Amino acid sequence: MHLTPEKIFELEKRANDIRISIIESLIEAKSGHTAGPLGMADIFTLFYFHALRHDPKNPSWADRDRVVLSNGHICPLLYATMAHAGYFGMEELKTLRKFGTHLQGHPHREYLPSLENSSGPLGAGLSQAVGMALADRIDNGVSTEKYVYCFMSDGEHDEGNTWEAIMLAGKQKLRNLIAIVDRNNIQIDGFTENIMPLEPLADKWRAFNWHVIEVSGHDFQALNEAVEEAQAVYEKPSVIIAHTIPGKGVKEFERDYRWHGTPPGAGPEDKIKKAEQGKVALAELRTLGGKIQSEHQ
Amino acid sequence: MLNPELKLNTKIFNEDVEQVPIRKGFGQGLLTAGEMDKNIVGLCADLTESTQMNLFAEKFPERFVEIGVAEQNLAGVASGMAAMGKIPFISSYAMFSPGRNWEQIRTTICYNDRPVKIAGSHAGISVGPDGGTHQAIEDIAITRVIPNMDVISPCDAIEAKKATVAIAKTKMPTYLRLAREKTPIITTEETPFEIGKSQVYWMPDTGLAQVGIIATGALLHRAILAAKELESEGKKIKVMNLATIKPIDKEGIVTLAKECKAIVTVEEHQIAGGMGSAVSEVLSANYPVPIEFIGVQNKFGQSGTPDELVEHYGMGKESIKEAVRRVLMRKS
Repeated sequence: MHLTPEKIFELEKRANDIRISIIESLIEAKSGHTAGPLGMADIFTLFYFHALRHDPKNPSWADRDRVVLSNGHICPLLYATMAHAGYFGMEELKTLRKFGTHLQGHPHREYLPSLENSSGPLGAGLSQAVGMALADRIDNGVSTEKYVYCFMSDGEHDEGNTWEAIMLAGKQKLRNLIAIVDRNNIQIDGFTENIMPLEPLADKWRAFNWHVIEVSGHDFQALNEAVEEAQAVYEKPSVIIAHTIPGKGVKEFERDYRWHGTPPGAGPEDKIKKAEQGKVALAELRTLGGKIQSEHQ
Repeated sequence: MLNPELKLNTKIFNEDVEQVPIRKGFGQGLLTAGEMDKNIVGLCADLTESTQMNLFAEKFPERFVEIGVAEQNLAGVASGMAAMGKIPFISSYAMFSPGRNWEQIRTTICYNDRPVKIAGSHAGISVGPDGGTHQAIEDIAITRVIPNMDVISPCDAIEAKKATVAIAKTKMPTYLRLAREKTPIITTEETPFEIGKSQVYWMPDTGLAQVGIIATGALLHRAILAAKELESEGKKIKVMNLATIKPIDKEGIVTLAKECKAIVTVEEHQIAGGMGSAVSEVLSANYPVPIEFIGVQNKFGQSGTPDELVEHYGMGKESIKEAVRRVLMRKS
């Protein structure tokens, strides 16, 4: 189903607000990851405000879709999105990474029970998603209406565990499993193709018997079509390889791997002085919000 | 004498005592547990028959998942199934699970607090001819150190069956330690089993014991044989079966130490970090007494028969008797 222009406007506006929340919480936390959360904000927005079957007021609803975040370090985005969706109050976002917070530096479901899984160590999320999809198929058969979505990074394809899970899902033909890969081409030490080349990434997934869709991670219409296509595939699990711009929304942060694990205020200084990084990022995003507004008027 | 209340196998001192691999008890226990609860699922990493999960797999093919030789995935997939309400049993050799996949067990199972049951077969040095790569002698240490994890180490196949049924009913992530080799049957179907409860299997006919031996797993049999022989030397011994290493039976251990005032621990595991370490953590904080440790002393294993290896690494009956004599000398 096509998204209406009104819906796309709403999603763009929401994604921008979520980016603002990410920057605000990172400024408070004084540590954490910036590039990945900004890059994946559009995708999370599409899911939590359109594609996902969930109920923020009843997070343990048995028939909800399951969301497994494998690359736990992009949790500033997960937390901001969940707060915007109504899982908890927006004021919680200021407690990110602080003592006693529900919002641990990497997600821990003991502290935030509405999470499906704890994560941080890379390469283990897809295994858990495969387990969830298998269990649901045992209970509800191949035609189950529930989907298990696993959000993953490209860097964690370096982990052998990732490929073990990809192989098993292919063997089991898990149509109720959809992986979304953040193909942003960066990891902590540099560009993925320099650290450990992943290409031809789509061919690799295909060779493991997955249905592969490549799409821009910033085009709501195309992303939504990709999700609907993945849901329609019957005989295989699907992966959406979403090409994203790390740091998306703040020009000075975009495509620079040095922003992978750095918060505003501690990032590289060649474009903006440390003391100004938070302010500049927020100002840019707020202006962008205005632009989104005017474009749609 | 054998504790009459526990209805133990009175034939354990006979040369022809019945011997069954401990892992067989796991296979039968999983089948029983599977019949009792439809949420129990089995996952294996290409060692289905060897770990005795084949009984479950044949009876409940729709609840069995063959993972292939991928122990990290084995742990993660089980965690995901547990998140959906299943009670997954995962099996492999202990060296690979919880050996190779330790971090996945920590994060996806214990940190997530999911009730996954990890059956590690071929634990201990008595794996024999396969050699040191396949002899898990560090597994108690690496599992008991993880928060939320229970650790159970049965002494024979009958206790393994009871332990398997019992852990299927708890919400805890659990490590079940199993041995490959044929092991003398010490218990009977009537012997009680309770998670977290130690039991005194051997005791003096009259009076207080001078030394308490605390043993876990297959070596319990040798500990009882040693105690019986020491009795003919006039030494009064109690032998405790510490099948649950975590949560540890603090009360039972302290009670034994108060009576005997000298302890020998016996396990087929590195001395560092194992059951003996767990016992000494309890006693040094609550009732310090001299302790002698029987176990592997900072060495890797090698090929050989189980008996050769147990003797070579100082865990045989004579070594246990020597440790008892040593600890008696240290008693104040």
